[in-house]
Amino acid sequence: MKYLILIHSNPQFLERWEGLTDAQREEFGRGHLALTDELAASGELVVSEGLADPALAKRVTVRDGRTLTSDGPFAEVKEHLAGFYLVDCETEARAVQVASRVPDAVWGLVEVRPVLDMSGWDL
Amino acid sequence: MTRPVTGLVEELLRELAPRVLGVLVRRHGAFDTCEDAVQEALLAAATTWPTGGLPTNPTGWLITTASRRLIETWRSESARRRREASDVRREPPPADPAPATDDTLALLVLCCHPALTPPSQVALTLRAVGGLSTAEIARALLIPEATVAQRISRAKARIKATGAQFREPTPTERAARIPSVLHVLYLIFNEGYTASSGSELYRVELTAEAIRLTRALHARLPSDGEVAGLLALMLLTDARRPARTRPDGALIPLAEQDRGLWDTAAITEGVDLITATLATAAPGPYQVQAGIAAVHDEATRAEDTDWRQILGLYELLACLAPGPMVTLNRIVAVGMVRGPAVALEQLDAAETNPALAGHYRVDAVRAHLLDETGQHDAAREHYRRAARHTLSLPEQRYLVTRATPPC
Repeated sequence: MKYLILIHSNPQFLERWEGLTDAQREEFGRGHLALTDELAASGELVVSEGLADPALAKRVTVRDGRTLTSDGPFAEVKEHLAGFYLVDCETEARAVQVASRVPDAVWGLVEVRPVLDMSGWDL
Repeated sequence: MTRPVTGLVEELLRELAPRVLGVLVRRHGAFDTCEDAVQEALLAAATTWPTGGLPTNPTGWLITTASRRLIETWRSESARRRREASDVRREPPPADPAPATDDTLALLVLCCHPALTPPSQVALTLRAVGGLSTAEIARALLIPEATVAQRISRAKARIKATGAQFREPTPTERAARIPSVLHVLYLIFNEGYTASSGSELYRVELTAEAIRLTRALHARLPSDGEVAGLLALMLLTDARRPARTRPDGALIPLAEQDRGLWDTAAITEGVDLITATLATAAPGPYQVQAGIAAVHDEATRAEDTDWRQILGLYELLACLAPGPMVTLNRIVAVGMVRGPAVALEQLDAAETNPALAGHYRVDAVRAHLLDETGQHDAAREHYRRAARHTLSLPEQRYLVTRATPPC
């Protein structure tokens, strides 16, 4: 069963990040590397990535067949996605356990979302 | 030398994979290294045979190539360690080796060892018994190749650690281990049905692979009722696949499927198999589920379905293998035989079971029964709740459609 672990951030979290010491930041980075290695070794990792600053985002809309794009930063954005882990694990409890190991969980917000599958109930 | 088509080479290699592995493991021990060597021989064959033609003795070619690879591995290992490995028996490969015994059963029992996690059992079985490459398994399971490779190597390390031996199981061992083998084959089949995305082709490949392996096991143990039952269940379920989804991937419920699209050859085979099995073997859960699938498949129109017989089979299944989904399916059958009001009463009672309380399928069944009694508004509310809680994309689409009032 696949789960997407979303790492959310906001301006307050970023402020706290800026207040961390170099050693704390290094520990944070090592925490992510260790978790990625561990998930790869356990055969549960599908993919994990960190995302660039939301100021680099482009918004895309298609209206009447015309593609419109706009560049960030978007002042109204309070929360943004900072990164994700896509894992394939046996239970939701295990996915939650993985999420609790994401370093951002101690000061930011980490969310676990089940991925829909194609199963059907044959009756 | 003949030049075969790639598809035929693949088919042949998958057929030969467990035989070659069996020969190597019996000759040298060390299941983990032998499995790697066989995998490399299969890859070599897959690249050279389609263009260069089949060798006169394909099995012998694979055994020789795998044995050479094995010896190379040991040489480089012992050079590195500057000592002889002690846990393996070394012999040069004979000139024209030919396997005499069928090792499929022994291999399945080893790969489905209860000390392994289900995802590891699935990956290892597909590779060691099914002869699929790591890349093929990764495509079919929609996970990266590195993840599959890791699951396989962990599984082999775990098998080594448990001290499990590769050998033909005794009748007692067989009885104890066949259930986990059947469960793994069932998981592979189901994985083909429930992959989260990806091309239809790879999903079909997994269901076909599960059927092929179960067929091989059935050939080995023809009088085992549950093996026959699982094979029949797979055939009878897979027969409905062409009618099960719309081109956009939306799920079509059994009652609304175009039965003309069902695979009649698979239905005939499944029905014959389960009829013969139920008459002779002690009944088990796979046989009863196959029986239910057979009753559905034998109805040319949904309204011809013999729901009385289905209800009887669900009652039997509730005795043999009780579970929340069996309870719910039985209630659906009750609704068809004794009417929706009786079924709604039983659903209220069933919902007190913690495993079913708040489960979206309870909402889906309740919605269906309420619709049948004409309470459409209440039905839509339950369809909406079910749609919010399902983990299946086709189900979500179907439930959302049912929750939308007709224009």
